[in-house]
Formats: sequence, structure tokens, C-alpha cells
Amino acid sequence: MEISSKLKFANPANNHGYEVVESINANKEGSYFKTIARRFAKNKVAMISLVLFIFLILAAVLAPVISPYPPNKTVGNFEAAPDSEFHLGTDEIGRDVLSRLIYGARVSLIVSMGSVAIYVIIGTTLGLISGYFGGITDATIMRITEVFMSYPYFMVILVLVSLIGPSIWTVTFVLGFLGWPPLCRLIRGQVLYIKTIDFISAAKATGYSTSSILFKQILPNVLSIILVNATFGIANAILTEASLSFLGMGVRPPAASWGNMLSNAQSLTVLSMQPWRWVPAGIIILVAVLVVNFIGDGLRDAVEGETK
Amino acid sequence: MEESKILEVKDLAISFKTFEGEVNAVRGVTFDLHKGETLAIVGESGSGKSVSTKAINRILPKKNTFIKSGEIIFEDKDLLKISEKEMQGIRGKDIAMIFQDPMTSLNPTMKIGKQIAESIIIHQHENKGNAIKRAVELLDMVGIKNPEKGSNLYPHQFSGGMRQRVMIAMALACHPKIIIADEPTTALDVTIQAQILDLMNELKDKLNTSILFITHDLGVVAQMADRVAVMYAGKIIEIGTVDEIFYNPQHPYTWGLLASIPSADLEEHNLYNINGSPPNLLYVPKGDPFAPRNEYALEIDFEEEPEMFKVSDTHYAATWLLHPDAPKVTPPIEVVRRREKFLNLKMREVI
Repeated sequence: MEISSKLKFANPANNHGYEVVESINANKEGSYFKTIARRFAKNKVAMISLVLFIFLILAAVLAPVISPYPPNKTVGNFEAAPDSEFHLGTDEIGRDVLSRLIYGARVSLIVSMGSVAIYVIIGTTLGLISGYFGGITDATIMRITEVFMSYPYFMVILVLVSLIGPSIWTVTFVLGFLGWPPLCRLIRGQVLYIKTIDFISAAKATGYSTSSILFKQILPNVLSIILVNATFGIANAILTEASLSFLGMGVRPPAASWGNMLSNAQSLTVLSMQPWRWVPAGIIILVAVLVVNFIGDGLRDAVEGETK
Repeated sequence: MEESKILEVKDLAISFKTFEGEVNAVRGVTFDLHKGETLAIVGESGSGKSVSTKAINRILPKKNTFIKSGEIIFEDKDLLKISEKEMQGIRGKDIAMIFQDPMTSLNPTMKIGKQIAESIIIHQHENKGNAIKRAVELLDMVGIKNPEKGSNLYPHQFSGGMRQRVMIAMALACHPKIIIADEPTTALDVTIQAQILDLMNELKDKLNTSILFITHDLGVVAQMADRVAVMYAGKIIEIGTVDEIFYNPQHPYTWGLLASIPSADLEEHNLYNINGSPPNLLYVPKGDPFAPRNEYALEIDFEEEPEMFKVSDTHYAATWLLHPDAPKVTPPIEVVRRREKFLNLKMREVI
């Protein structure tokens, strides 16, 4: 009874002839980048890191609103330990450490994102051109890249910064102009492969100009690589800025930066007796770099996709 | 078939520079394409069929290719002489191309609709909205169900057959005068292949475009072509209407090709093959390059390359067998049967 009552067509409206109809594959919805975003969202560590990084950005943007005291003014006793008034204590001339830390996020983020933006533009453009045109163009760009890569990176930065004079903008531009060669090489390698795929010939046969082949056809296909590389670049730039400021070649006092706060630790008294003057800066650098690296890892896994 | 020539290729010769030396990929190819006709170019891999058609669109790699001689006349212009800028205006607009592998011929990061619209934007300077609207119409025309939805999808969401339909829509976007189809069905399975060929035939009749159809599948040729050119070792060795090539072939190589089609209705189950392999075009042999594999080779074949002998106004073949003083030979039995069968069919039609 049960069976016979179900022995009818599930959908009477179907016509029972077979015609060859190709159907749209509805299982795989959305674009490549949506797929990457979805894979990224599944990665817990990366997602937590992203949230923390967003907090960091918000703190930097909203620094004037959320910091309890002006960062560069003497507001309390000298070298006071943390208490209910100054949560992270004060420094040698009575400035609030917490406020300086929050303003320091601005420096770190401006330098890191700014320099990465500069080197991504340079590296991507040169990498696309080098890989696509080949021949003498390629050889020239690659030799320049090698020259850039064969200098001791940090020394060149120190020399340039001391020539131009240390400031947040100097550091940003110097890091930006020195950082592009690895990305350029990476992109060139990808372009060498992508340009052999038929859709590039198809684009040529459709009448695309060379620049639209480069920027409309090839660029979207290397975007994910750029994204991953840029993320790791940000972590690196945060570290480099901190090192430079530590050495006094980065952001100039009295402006606050994580690196120049850390340079307090050069004094043995501070190191042993006043941990509030250097531990918070150390921790925030550690957290910022870790978080950005986790985001980068998550992105890389999402881009590489099914291999995991 | 109209008599107006839309494309003339004259004595085209193309070489590739390699480490080992110069590869003579195309060694003097001459043919015309008429308005509204389909000319099929058949031949083995490496016979130069793809290279000569890519030269028409000038998409051969510039670095190691050089064109030794020849003219490609399209609308009174020699496509080999005009500037790259001018060529960009012709590609996609007047001469469109359909590629072999639909899996790799579409950009994976661009929506289908946008890929089609792009060539309309480039050549007809339409705004984006109109171009996308036109793309949707084209998708509908090539038989994509739900064209609005389809235009918003990415290539990986389409099957191979659908992607080839998209390629055809892209090729048709600007009403090209010539479509070059480079083995458009080789990567598809047989049912989809039949659908794509039907679609191309239907659209060709509707839009009156000329098609240059490159293939190594003689079954496809019979279905598509008005005329056929057979290529061997970088030269056209026989050219004629599809009936002439299939039922009255003159060149021993064409005989070999036809005899090696597996046939369902012939009583004999032997499958013929052409012994040997095509010559290495690094060292083009003296005389007729086909001679070492040719069971009908004459002594002169090893000395001198044959010229094109006229069989009829539309039919030419490059074999010394057509020389008035050459010994008379009979083609292989399969070819003879084929001819008889055809003549019988013709007789019946007449009665």
C-alpha cells in the first residue's frame, strides 16, 4: 500500500523525453574571491587574528577619543608604577604609557600599510611587465631587482634614513621603495605561467590592447598572491619600523612609537625595576606581528585551497 | 557559394627559430576564403594548419617566429604589414577566433557576461550596461538556458560544452566577417561536439560569416565544410570542394587519410594506416616530403617537389601522378569504393 501509493511521477509537469540539456553547475556558487573568503572564514585562528587586527586599526583611528591622556604631555609623576589613574604607569617625564601605546599604533600602521602599498604598486607593475614582455625588458628589470636584493637591506635603510632625516614619512617611503623586489619576482614567475594559458591568446584575438591584457586579464589572476605577500609584508614593516625607532632612526621623540618606547629598555634600571615602561610595548609589537602573520597564513591556505 | 573573396593568403611561409635551427613550419601556403563559406584545413599535428591561421590573426609568439614571405590580404590590406594598433582593431571585430580548449580559453576571474561584453566595449564603444545586455542576448543565441543568470557566473561554473558556446558568443559579439575556429570541438565529447557543430552551422547561415575551420577530424569536415584544404609538412597538397576531396581525391596522402577513417558500413574490417611519420621540418627533405611514406611514389618525387596540378576549376592537387606523362594508378580499394558509392548516390538523385 505504502509503495503503490508512491508509484507515480514526482513531478507531473516533466515531459518525459530526453533532450541533451547542459545544466549550470549550481553547487559552486560565486567568484574566486568569495571562495577564498569562505575558506578564510573557516580558519578560527585567522578569524580571531583578523578581529584583533581590526581592533588595532580602530584604536589607531580613534586614538584621540579613546586614549585617556594626551600622549606627549606630562600628566603625572615621573616613572610612576601602574595604578588606577595611569593603568600602565608613566615614563621618565610623566607621560601616560597607555596613551603613548595607543598613539604608537598609528605610527606602526601608517608605516607598515603605507610602505606595503608603495611596494605592491611598484612590484606588481614591474613584475607584470617583466613577465609579460620577456626579452630585454625582462632581463633589465630582473637585473635591477637583483641589484636591490644584493645590498644589506637594513644598512641601506639606515643610510637612506640618516641622509634624508628620520621621520615617519621617510621610513614609510624608504621601506616602500626598497621592499618591492621579492614581490616583483614572485609576480613575474606567475605571469610567465599565466601568459601561456589560452585565455591570454583569446584576449589578444579579441582585440584587447596590451595594457588591458596586463591589468584586466592577468592582474586579477595574481591578486591573491599579492594579497598574501602584502599581509606578510605588513608584519615585516611593523618590525622594521620598531627596530628603526629603537635605534633612533625612525619616529622622532616626542612622538610616540612602539619602537622608541622599547628603547627605554636600554637602561638597566628600567629593564629590571620598571617593567611597565617596556613590557607593554614589547607585547603589543609581538601581538601585532603575530596577528598579521596568522592572517597571512590563513589567506595563503585559503588561496592554495584544496591542497589542505 | 558566392565568388567574392574575403581573405587571400598568398605564398605564406613561416619559420620558428629554435636552438637546433630553423623549423620551416609553413612553407608556402596559398588559399582564398570566400564570403559565407566554410573552408576546412585538415592535416596531421605539426602540418602547419594552426600556425598559418594564427598568422592571419597575428597572435604567434613574436620572439622566435618570423614570417619569411607571403601576403595575407583582407579588405585590400596586407595583414602582415599593418601596425599592431591597426591589427588590434581588426582582431575580434573583423576576424574572431574560437580556440581548442574551452577549459583554458576563458579568464577564470572574470564573469562570463563581462568577458563577452568586453569586446563589444572595445570595438563598438558601447557603454557597459548596453554591452552586458547584448552579451545576454548572445548567450541566449548560442543556446545557454537562463542567459541572465549565466552572464553573472564564472567560467568554472560552466561545463565544457557551455564554455565553448560562450567562446562562440564571444567570437560573434561584433559580427565578425571571418571566424577562425582552431579545432573547436576536439576537447569535447561526441554529443556535445555534434551540438556545437550544429550551432556553428546554424549561426553561419544566419549571419553569413566565413569560417576557417581547422581540424584533424574528417568526420567533422564532412559535416561543416564547403571546401577542404589538406595540409602536409607545411604545404597545402590538395584543395577542392568537400565532394571533390571526399569522392574524387587525387593525392596519395588524401587517399591515405580517407582510407584510414574507420567505417561502419564497409564489409572489410581492415583499418588502413599511413606508415611512417611526418618529416622533421628542421631538415626539409629534398623533393616531395611525403615521398618516403608514399606507396605510389615516383622517382621524380625524391628529386623535385610537385607543383599544383589542376583537376577542375576548384580542385587542385600537388602530386606528380597528375602529370600527363605519369603512370596511371588506381587508388586504394577503400577510396574506389567510396567514389562508387558516391556516384551511385548522385545517379539516384538524378533519377
